Amino acid sequence: MVQQSAKTIFDKIWDSHVVTRRDDGESLIYIDRLLLQENSFHAFDKIRRENRRVRNPGQAFAFADHYVPTTDRTRGLDAIKDPEIRNMVELIESDSRAHDIALFGLGDVRQGILHVVGPEQGITQPGLVIAGADSHTSTHGALGAYAFGIGSSEVAHVLAVQGLWRVRPKTMLIDVIDTLPPGTTAKDLILAIIGSIGAGGAVGHVIEYAGPGIRGLSVEERMTVCNMSIEAGARAGLVSPDDKVFDYIKGRPYAPREDDWDKALAYWRALPSDPGAAYDRRVEITAAEVAPMVTWGTSPDQSAPVTGRVPDPTEECDPENRRRMERSLAYMDLRPRQELRSVTINRAFIGSCTNSRIEDLRAAAAVVQGRQARVPAMVVPGSGLIKLQAEEEGLHEIFLAAGFEWREPGCSMCVAINGDSLKPGERCASTSNRNFEGRQGRGGRTHLMSPAMAAAAAVSGHLCDVRDLLAEE
Amino acid sequence: MEPFQTLTAVAAPLGQSNINTDQIFPARMIKKPRTVGYAQFTFHDLRRDDRGELRSDFSLNQTRYDKAGVLIAGINFGCGSSREGAVYTLLDSGFRVLIAPSFGDIFAANCLKNGLLTIVLPEAKVADLREAISTAPDPRLTIDLEAETITRASGETLAFLPEPFQKHCLLNGLNEIDLSLAFHKEIGAFEAAHRARLPWLAPRQR
Ligand code: SF4
Repeated sequence: MVQQSAKTIFDKIWDSHVVTRRDDGESLIYIDRLLLQENSFHAFDKIRRENRRVRNPGQAFAFADHYVPTTDRTRGLDAIKDPEIRNMVELIESDSRAHDIALFGLGDVRQGILHVVGPEQGITQPGLVIAGADSHTSTHGALGAYAFGIGSSEVAHVLAVQGLWRVRPKTMLIDVIDTLPPGTTAKDLILAIIGSIGAGGAVGHVIEYAGPGIRGLSVEERMTVCNMSIEAGARAGLVSPDDKVFDYIKGRPYAPREDDWDKALAYWRALPSDPGAAYDRRVEITAAEVAPMVTWGTSPDQSAPVTGRVPDPTEECDPENRRRMERSLAYMDLRPRQELRSVTINRAFIGSCTNSRIEDLRAAAAVVQGRQARVPAMVVPGSGLIKLQAEEEGLHEIFLAAGFEWREPGCSMCVAINGDSLKPGERCASTSNRNFEGRQGRGGRTHLMSPAMAAAAAVSGHLCDVRDLLAEE
Repeated sequence: MEPFQTLTAVAAPLGQSNINTDQIFPARMIKKPRTVGYAQFTFHDLRRDDRGELRSDFSLNQTRYDKAGVLIAGINFGCGSSREGAVYTLLDSGFRVLIAPSFGDIFAANCLKNGLLTIVLPEAKVADLREAISTAPDPRLTIDLEAETITRASGETLAFLPEPFQKHCLLNGLNEIDLSLAFHKEIGAFEAAHRARLPWLAPRQR
C-alpha cells in the first residue's frame, strides 16, 4: 500500500465529501444532514418560488425552537399570542410537512434546541458533514462531524442540491494542554480561548480542539466548546472522536442500527487526526491557568476572570480597540477598574444551546441547593427529554424551592425573540453565547458565564466566584 | 439575482469593528416578512435611540449619506448569526457594495447569494478610503467589477481582487442552484457511492 501522508480529521472528512471541483478552486461538498429551524422560511419560500424539488427529505430535520413559548405548552400554538411569532412556528411545521421532512415540533416530547436535539437523537455522528440554518451548528463538531451554519439561500441550495460550494477552509489547531482546575468548566475554557484569539481570530479556519484538556471533557462539555467556535470567527470547530463519543451515540434513536453499527464504528475509528498532521495555525492554551470567566463587554472576546477587574481602556494602546472598549463599557454601564465581583445583576438565565444539557443543569442545581435566588432567575432545559431527565433526578425541585422558574425547552432568552427578554437596562447573568448589544432584549446587558457561575450570581445577586460558594459548604 | 457590473453611488463610512448581524438587523425583526420593507430596520438600534429618535452620533444618519449604495466598514463586519435578513436589509436600503478589511464568513457567503458585492482590502487602505470619503466634498465611489477598480470622485483609483467565481456570478446575475444542478450526474454518482460506503447515511429511526 502507498504510504498516505498524515491528515487531520478535517482533511479526511473534506476529502471524502468532494463531489466535484471547479476551475476557480471551489469544491462542491456533499452535505449529509441539514438542520432547519423557524427562520428557514425564507429558504422554503425560495424553493417554492423557483419550483424546486427537495432532493433528500430524509437527510433534513426541522426544529421548532427559536420562537416557541417556554411557559404554557398545554394549548400548543394557541398559547402564542403574538401572531407574527405564532406564524413562525406554524411555518416550520407546515413547510416540513409539505416536504416530508422530520419535524421536532411543539407538543413533541423530543422538541428542543436544534443543537441539543441533534446529538441527543443520534442525528449527529462522526465523519458527517452537517449544515445548519444557524451559526451555532458548530456545536455538532464535538462528535467529530464537520458542521457549520449557513444562511437561507444556502439552505435552499442544500435542499435542492444536497451540496454546497466551498473554498477549502484553513485549519487551526487549538491544543489545550493540562486539564481544567476544580471549579472551572468547558464554558470558562472556551471564553478564555475566545478572549485569547479574539472575536475574529479564527475567521476562515476550521478549529480542531485537541490535547488533554479536551480529551478529559465529556461529550457534552465538548459541545459547549465547539458551540462557541463561531464566536471566534470559525464557522466550524471539531474534536477527533473517541470512545466517549461512540458510547454516547450507541443506542440513540437515529444511531446506526445493529447491522451497520460495526461498520460505522470502524469508519469512525479511522477519523481522528493522524500524528504529525499539518495545520495552517497552531495555538496553545494552558487549561490549568483557566479561572471562572465572565464577560464584561458586548463581544464574547471581552471577558476576564471573575476575580479580576473591568479593564481600563486608557491602558489599551490600539486606538480602535480602545474605542471599542469604551463603547462596550458605556453600554454595559461599567467603570474601568471596577471589581467584577461588585457588579450587581437583575436577572439570571440558565439555558441555550451552549449550556442547557443535563450536566449543565446538574452543575447549576448543585450551587442552588439550599440557597435562594436573589433576582428573578429562569432555567430553560435544552430539550423535552432533558427536562424529563432533570425532573426524574429532582433537579426541578431544587430550582423551584430556590425561587427559580422551571421552563419548557427552547432558545428563549438566548436570542429573546419568543417573548422572553430583558427590559432595557436590566443586567443578566447568562449561560448563553452572545453578549451583543440588545441580544437578550433591547438595552439589556448580558454577562456570559458557566451554569455554575450563573447560579452563583443568581443566589448572590451579583457576579461572584462560584468557588467561594462551594468552599462554604 | 440582479447582475452587478458597475455602480456609482455615495459611499458611507462606518468605522466600528466587529459590527454583528444583530446590529445590522435586530433578531426581533426576523419574523417579519420581507414584504413589509426591510429598509426601515437597517442598523436599527445603532441608528435610533430608545425613544426611536435618530442618533446624531451615528455616521449613516448624516444627510450626505442618505442615498448611500456603498458601505466602508471595519474589520469582521457581519460577524455573528447566519440570518440572511442582515443582507436583505442592506439591499433593501440600497447598498450594493460593502468594503471592509474582513467579513464574517457566513455573512459574506449570504451577500454573494444575493448580489451584494463584498470587497476585501487591507486594513490601512480601508481606513484611508473611509477617511477620504468622510472629508470629500463628493462622497461618491465608482465600483467597476469587470475592471476590478474602485474610483473616487476625485479620480483616484484603487484595485481590488474579487474571487473569480463571485465575479462571474455577480456579473451575470446567475442563479447558483441552476449552476449546481448542471452537475446532477456527478452528484448522483457521488451520492450512490457515498451511500454504499456509509449505509447508515440516510437515517431510519428505530
Ligand atoms: S439557543 Fe441561542 S444560539 Fe443556540 S440556536 Fe437558539 S438562539 Fe441560536
